[in-house]
Amino acid sequence: MTTTDERPAGFENNDHKPIGHGRMLRKEDPRFIRGKGNYVDDVQLPGMLHCAILRSPVAHARIVSIDTSAAEAHPKVKAVVTGAALTGLGLAWMPTLSGDVQSVLATDKVRFQGQEVAFVVAEDRYAARDALELIDVEYDLLDPVIDVRMALDPSAPVIRDDLDGKQNNHIFDWETGDEAATEAVFASADVVVSEDIVYPRVHPAPMETCGCVADYDRIDSRLTLWSTSQAPHAHRTLYAIVAGLPEHKIRVISPDIGGGFGGKVPIYPGYVCAIVGSIVTGKPVKWMEDRSENLTSTGFARDYIMRGEIAATRDGKILAVRTNVLADHGAFNGVAAPVKYPAGFFGVFTGSYDLQAAYCKMTAVYTNKAPGGVAYACSFRITEAVYLIERIVDCLAYELEMDPVELRMRNFIQPDQFPYRTKTGWVYDSGDYEPTMRKALELAGYDELRREQAERRARGELMGIGVSFFTEAVGAGPRKDMDILGLGMADGCELRVHPTGKAVVRLSVQSQGQGHETTFAQIVAEEIGIPPADIDVVHGDTDQTPFGLGTYGSRSTPVSGAAAALVARKVRDKARIIASGMLEVSVADLEWVKGAFHVKGDPGKSVTIQDIAMRAHGAGDLPEGIEGGLEAQICYNPENLTYPHGAYICVVDIDPGTAQVKVRRFVAVDDCGTRINPMIIEGQVHRGLTDGVGMALMEMIAFDEDGNCLGGSLMDYLIPTALEVPDWETGFTVTPSPHHPIGAKGVGESATVGSPPAIVNAVVDALKPFGVRHADMPLTPSRVWDAMRGVPRPPI
Amino acid sequence: MQVPAPVEYERATSVDHAIGLLERLGGSARIVAGGHSLLPMMKLRLASPEYLIDINDLHGELGYIRVEQTEVRIGAMTRHRELLESGELAEVFPVFRDAERVIADPVVRNRGTLGGSLCQADPSEDLSAVCTTLGASCVIRGGAGERVVTMEEFYRGPYETAVEDAEMLVEIRIPVRPGGSSAYEKVERRAGDWAIVSAGAAVWLDGGVIADARVGLAAVGPNTTGLPAVSDALRGREPSEELYEHAGTLAAEACSPVTDMRGSADYKRHLARELTRRALRRSVARINERD
Repeated sequence: MTTTDERPAGFENNDHKPIGHGRMLRKEDPRFIRGKGNYVDDVQLPGMLHCAILRSPVAHARIVSIDTSAAEAHPKVKAVVTGAALTGLGLAWMPTLSGDVQSVLATDKVRFQGQEVAFVVAEDRYAARDALELIDVEYDLLDPVIDVRMALDPSAPVIRDDLDGKQNNHIFDWETGDEAATEAVFASADVVVSEDIVYPRVHPAPMETCGCVADYDRIDSRLTLWSTSQAPHAHRTLYAIVAGLPEHKIRVISPDIGGGFGGKVPIYPGYVCAIVGSIVTGKPVKWMEDRSENLTSTGFARDYIMRGEIAATRDGKILAVRTNVLADHGAFNGVAAPVKYPAGFFGVFTGSYDLQAAYCKMTAVYTNKAPGGVAYACSFRITEAVYLIERIVDCLAYELEMDPVELRMRNFIQPDQFPYRTKTGWVYDSGDYEPTMRKALELAGYDELRREQAERRARGELMGIGVSFFTEAVGAGPRKDMDILGLGMADGCELRVHPTGKAVVRLSVQSQGQGHETTFAQIVAEEIGIPPADIDVVHGDTDQTPFGLGTYGSRSTPVSGAAAALVARKVRDKARIIASGMLEVSVADLEWVKGAFHVKGDPGKSVTIQDIAMRAHGAGDLPEGIEGGLEAQICYNPENLTYPHGAYICVVDIDPGTAQVKVRRFVAVDDCGTRINPMIIEGQVHRGLTDGVGMALMEMIAFDEDGNCLGGSLMDYLIPTALEVPDWETGFTVTPSPHHPIGAKGVGESATVGSPPAIVNAVVDALKPFGVRHADMPLTPSRVWDAMRGVPRPPI
Repeated sequence: MQVPAPVEYERATSVDHAIGLLERLGGSARIVAGGHSLLPMMKLRLASPEYLIDINDLHGELGYIRVEQTEVRIGAMTRHRELLESGELAEVFPVFRDAERVIADPVVRNRGTLGGSLCQADPSEDLSAVCTTLGASCVIRGGAGERVVTMEEFYRGPYETAVEDAEMLVEIRIPVRPGGSSAYEKVERRAGDWAIVSAGAAVWLDGGVIADARVGLAAVGPNTTGLPAVSDALRGREPSEELYEHAGTLAAEACSPVTDMRGSADYKRHLARELTRRALRRSVARINERD
């Protein structure tokens, strides 16, 4: 047992107790590490009932009949609801976040294994689960569409025959860039390299699964919903639209959330089932999905089959990039991304390089698999984009026999080119790539590693060094371009300073572990000089906080963080006027030194923010035109996204006999602009890097040919442990965002975006003696062995 | 939270009590020891016994490692952690410690038992491969008394053993012979996962010549597999890389892996070869280091 006296060295280094930015321990951690968090499953209400959902055992079938009589006869069962019953309420189908519809409970057909078919409300969760086995569903089996490459084949069964006139499994075609200009560059390029690159289906797999407690008050017609939501305000509006409940009668509360990673952005049928259950029974109803339900039915991520092409000169000047993507969206198009971006922000596939042309064509299709395409810590598909460009650049380096670092450095967008408009129309706000790359090289001892590699290769050992350099696009987003179902992606913030100088700040974003209660207190502290300990952060409750779209796509600091800084400045501006009255000098004669206003040239005369707060609420006079109180609110509409970047270097060793990959070292240098709490940033980077090891080496939601999900438990869907990851070596550079009030950029997903290509590049580099140029994730021992023998296979 | 179907539960106070309960309750009862295989199966409702007989209170009676001159006897309730930490056992059969280091994780090892591991009869189970490698025998007790079966007799197919409804496994016996050592090699996708393939080897040398050798494989057939052909090929020969290679080839030929999420059948066959070689090489090295 470690006592406080035995804390490891460096612990103090994380607790500077800054009045503003800097390292400090997280304010929320005492309750988490003492088991005092309050998660949705901790919510207990008097008379609460429990909901369990019957799910389809097959991938594609017509429902012939459902017999619920035996379940209804169970002594502890209060209600059994099927799709037919929901049809009567107009709730059998609901809109997805991307213009499609999804069934809450299947009425006509089941379209993926795990789809919701009926639900039971019972006195306890055991009885609810037992009663599911008493429901008898007769299915008429249909051929499933599992192989995404066959989804558009004329012979493929039509999955979405619920859509009027739908004759195929096509969802959308999407393109970006200039096809003709790109073709012209390719046609005249010295070197063209193509590779088929698959980003397999993976799952966010948060520690806490999805669930809710719905409490519908029949007297007040008021719904209170405790929910595992990353976006409580957006969910409330959607419930109002879907269920026809008046929005002011709905309160959505996201209490402590055990990880989201994008998987808790959509509204899932289970939430609607619990709400209906509460309306039907008049009692609070809890629904918590189990692990298998989470893995098999909630939003997956990725599932892109990409053809990447890169054109360059023989001396390594990259000219153009082109890609063709086949996207598997499952049975319903549930992509969570701004409406105008059906492929999320995949358009940044041009990476960190100054190109002459770029073009992407994408086709999205339905298959008999779970719906989704969520932003799984991927900043809306940037994970796929960065993987594509960083993999194909390495393929080019392989063909040119050039060092992958040198190739990247030769093509970086230069500092004087920012703001830089890419060939697909994205405007990168700021960047200085070479110092970041050099810092990573220095931390890794790159030249020495290459020397070691040469020696080991000579001895027949397999050592690989992989590099990736990414540019992210986070902080959605400017409301003129970005909305979700018509809701603009701005964020509100309110700050109230109490008479004694303590404060409460109310955010529209919601934390799933990111440390908002600390970071946002620090942002406000930096601006008005009140210690973070004296600033309470309120979030996650629609009745308590201003409207905003929630936490995902690394948007909290870029959007809500800006709102917090600006609202604090607004309060400070008012405080300045009050201070001028208190000190009897003009506003122009005051100087702000964090926490107090001084009279210029007379530092002895000053008032603290706490003095001002008391005066603002007191009985004394205030300057003319100034109302009492010290508070402000704001709605921040970002001018642009922020574009953090990073350089990652991974070192792997592969056992030549067993093909097992060991990640020996990983160096991550991130540039997320101004760093508010470096400890929290490092923690988020560690998380994302671990995630990257999982995706690169072991994670995949696979299906058999009948559409059975082969990743339905954590025994089958492997996520990495401490034993698979090295001690992370992190570093940073700082290139502030020019348009963000404090120069900060998002960082939450950078490591998830940047690490998979570094690891795969390292494995492929290790396999160079076997002539391997590309191998797809997940690089399990068996798949690495295939690559070593010259027969690498795509995972799907 | 995944919840099991309704189940009745009773804690046995002695082996005889447990057997009495089994006799009374018949095939609808299951013994639970560490519970790390049975409980997940119940939560997934892949197993729905009507009765659980908890034998954790029998650890005093069945939790032991007795290293004797010619035999090691290990009680069925001996936990993974005890097998891992026993220096006495590692001295005679280092293969146990090798295997225990890569079985699951500390939480599972604190609870899981030798008897439970063997009775689960999972084809990928490591201790089954260890016991197969060492030529162990299993002591099964019922109302009528005890019977002893070999590992080959113990396994009847995936998840099936020779233990009848009203019987329980109480002890494992392993013959001790001089001049030997052993080793275990496992490849897994991730720490704590089941083996893609694992191989145990035990070698006995006499004057620089292999007096006897055994190899046991996991995850490459319906049950863990002992390989008599390998033993035949090794006996009477001097250890060498060529011999290990030959043994590996025989092991690869003798096994019957299938392609699944853990790996292709070809890869598993390759591993059977590679890990057999490694385990034999390490066993012989251990003998030479000791002598």
